[in-house]
Amino acid sequence: MRQVSQQVLLLCYGNPGRLDDGLGAAFAEALEGSALPGVTVEADYQLTVEDATSIAEHPVVIFVDAAVRGSEPFFCRSVEPKPTISFSSHSVEPENLLALAQKMFGAQSQAYALGIRGYQFDDFGESLSPKAQENLAAAIQFLVPVLRRSNAIEITAALDALNVQGDDNGV
Amino acid sequence: MSDKPETRRIVIEPVTRVEGHGKVTILLDDEAKVKQARLHIVEFRGFERFIQGRPFWELPVLVQRLCGICPVSHHLAAAKAVDGIVGVDTLTPTALKMRLLMHHGQFLQSHALHFFHLSSPDLLFGFDADVSERNVIGVAAKYPELARQGILLRKYGQEIIKATAGKKIHGTGAIPGGVNKNLSLEERDQLLSEIDQIMEWARGAVALAKGYTLEHLDDLSGFGSFDSNHLSIVRSDGAYDIYDGGLRARDAEGNIIFDHVENEKYDEYLAEEVRSWTYMKFPFIKEIGPEAGWYRVGPLARVNNCDFFDTPEAEKERKEFKSLTDDKPNNITMAYHWTRMIELLHSVEKIQELLNDSDLQGEDLVVTGKRRDEAVGIIEAPRGTLFHHYRVNEDDQVTMANLIVSTTSNNEPMNRAVQKVAEDYLSGVPEITEGLLNRVEVAIRAYDPCLSCATHAMGQMPLIVELMDQQGRIVDRKIKG
Repeated sequence: MRQVSQQVLLLCYGNPGRLDDGLGAAFAEALEGSALPGVTVEADYQLTVEDATSIAEHPVVIFVDAAVRGSEPFFCRSVEPKPTISFSSHSVEPENLLALAQKMFGAQSQAYALGIRGYQFDDFGESLSPKAQENLAAAIQFLVPVLRRSNAIEITAALDALNVQGDDNGV
Repeated sequence: MSDKPETRRIVIEPVTRVEGHGKVTILLDDEAKVKQARLHIVEFRGFERFIQGRPFWELPVLVQRLCGICPVSHHLAAAKAVDGIVGVDTLTPTALKMRLLMHHGQFLQSHALHFFHLSSPDLLFGFDADVSERNVIGVAAKYPELARQGILLRKYGQEIIKATAGKKIHGTGAIPGGVNKNLSLEERDQLLSEIDQIMEWARGAVALAKGYTLEHLDDLSGFGSFDSNHLSIVRSDGAYDIYDGGLRARDAEGNIIFDHVENEKYDEYLAEEVRSWTYMKFPFIKEIGPEAGWYRVGPLARVNNCDFFDTPEAEKERKEFKSLTDDKPNNITMAYHWTRMIELLHSVEKIQELLNDSDLQGEDLVVTGKRRDEAVGIIEAPRGTLFHHYRVNEDDQVTMANLIVSTTSNNEPMNRAVQKVAEDYLSGVPEITEGLLNRVEVAIRAYDPCLSCATHAMGQMPLIVELMDQQGRIVDRKIKG
């Protein structure tokens, strides 16, 4: 039997204790049961620098997070490496992480950001708003068939096709 | 036109779409002299209300939602308090050592992230270096081995957390009265296989921080610095301890203010002051009062406070550090970096010691006791002393929660650091350059404040700097990042 290599890394992040900020974690939870071959699903509160090592091990990386603005129900855009400066150590942007992975670990990954539109962030709570739940379902419905495609080229082609449809106001 | 001097206000604000961010306002008069400088940390309020009514046994998992960067600290502080609720004062050796391993793993990853990826660009390139270079990618380009070590040190710390706490989100390692797993031989052997390399890098990190501090001592001595009291927990024999011990406070000269205060009595010794311009409180030592009773917490306070480290290499480094000030407390703000790396080395030594302890493979994980209605859990988090205080009712529901996080304790010191830097560097200059503004951030960053930033949805905006006149009109605006 042919061993399926790990093609895609899904880095899902956000705080499930802050209402719609939990969209990334909810996405990871939904996909963990899908048993998608060649897909690694990681969930964390935030992106962190050591994610650069995992990025370098996958030809395709998708950052999945809640989006505070931008297209509904979700957007998908390509991520280009870019060094950024941060006020604190508490967050790393996808662009920064990709640049780090390239610089430090020779990553050649194609990266995308899947931003699922959320609406409620300003309180503590462990549930998603009804509209965010709808958006989550739409994002899953879109991405799962894409991830079932046989190789990285087909997967990136599908993601690139959607890339032009969404924006997140330049973030 | 009025003859009154015009006042300008500079605002340095990382704008986020949720509460929980830092903002610096610097008020200048018409001669561009600093009138006032303040750091506003907008806390995300309501967490204590959020957990009221929840079953107390959920607390160690629930409180991890407070902070995405140090969930382990809240997990352990809550677990200690919940131990008290279930009437457990002494854990089994396996449970205690599993928690200690988790805690030192957290210290390692947190300190490595701060030093290598947040602070090192300032230290390696200088405060005035171009921002296009003064960032982690710049470090990776010019000092690739250093950047690599930082990532791998942090990754190792995360592996320890995963082995002891379980998942990254909703870690469940510590439970009321103990832990829910031990360390398997496979996990132990995997972690031990890397420890020699990790130790070597930790030694190098101390050397780097020490060398930088000593080389720039003249400049750093006054940079955002001031005398202060220092607070931390210490072990019963005065040793450095991050998990268990009584509260100790020293003054700027090293005199003991109070010592070995039991966790449950913290509120007899400490109080919090409210000020009109910020929601964040200002803790102080009751005996001294709010004016002079504020204190520092975190690496600098801990190393100043303890009598010794119980590991040889960290103790050697502590002695060298203290020799600089004739064994008195060191009050240099930028010495936080040096002490942070001494702590990192100590954590690696403790991790090695623990991994070689067969108690970690023990099967006796939980003990029970007689139920209580109130308990306090105090630990040292990477950023400083962390207090969790709970009361529960007969239905096991939380009725009261009081949390004092380390950034709150460091609120006054950070404000003083901002004021000092603003006065020293921003007064009377014709233009506020990026390098000058960065000095303000450097002083704050030394404390590694937690900005309650557990939410990071896409859409977050970069750092914005606004210059406003007396009427609040924006006369200049810069977007950073």
